[in-house]
Amino acid sequence: MRIYVTSVFVADQARALDFYTRVLGFRVKHDVPAGEYRWLTVVSPQDPDGTELLLEPGAHPAVGPYRAALAADGIPATSFMVDDLDAEYERLRALGVAFTLKPKGAGPVRMAVLDDTCGNLIQLVQMQAAPAPAAAG
Amino acid sequence: MTDEELDRVFKALGDPTRRRIIDRLRERPEQSLFELCAGAAADGGVALSRQAVTQHLDLLERAGLVRVAWAGRTKLHSLDLGPLHAAVAQWLRPHL
Repeated sequence: MRIYVTSVFVADQARALDFYTRVLGFRVKHDVPAGEYRWLTVVSPQDPDGTELLLEPGAHPAVGPYRAALAADGIPATSFMVDDLDAEYERLRALGVAFTLKPKGAGPVRMAVLDDTCGNLIQLVQMQAAPAPAAAG
Repeated sequence: MTDEELDRVFKALGDPTRRRIIDRLRERPEQSLFELCAGAAADGGVALSRQAVTQHLDLLERAGLVRVAWAGRTKLHSLDLGPLHAAVAQWLRPHL
């Protein structure tokens, strides 16, 4: 069994497509009409055959309260890994992205949280270099 | 300050996690629940569930030591040391 897709609810798929591709830098993998919506997924150019992110319509009545409660506590809907958090932070800020949490250390990772303009907070994570193993004997 | 209000302040201080939350909010005001929990994880100490931190924050808020403000859709917590100063002046200082 493999995880091939994960999803975020978005208020507007067209707007989400713009943010997740032009701003974040992902690429469209599937864009298939599905009734009044689309089956719309993006992938990382660093891993085009990897797990897809589904930009899922947020029309279900449960989505509003769910997202409002997460946002109230500052909890991200999902998390993406980056190689250089400070560089991504500067790049995205230059593109007008709002961050609710600037880059900061949190144990084994550094992280930041941004607003995807589609109703979600998104966490960016950079793994810290593993500490050098203790010298033997 | 009524006895009840004094109780709430001293009870709020009577827990190591709540004192640590106060320390963290003093270092950096306007933190969300998520940020406070991430800070606890970064401490390398005992990890705290969001539910536990929520309950501690509620108790601090009822004591008047934590104030909540909204930044957009996110709730931010900051310290208010007013009730602490009042409690010290009213009951603690006469004994010092």
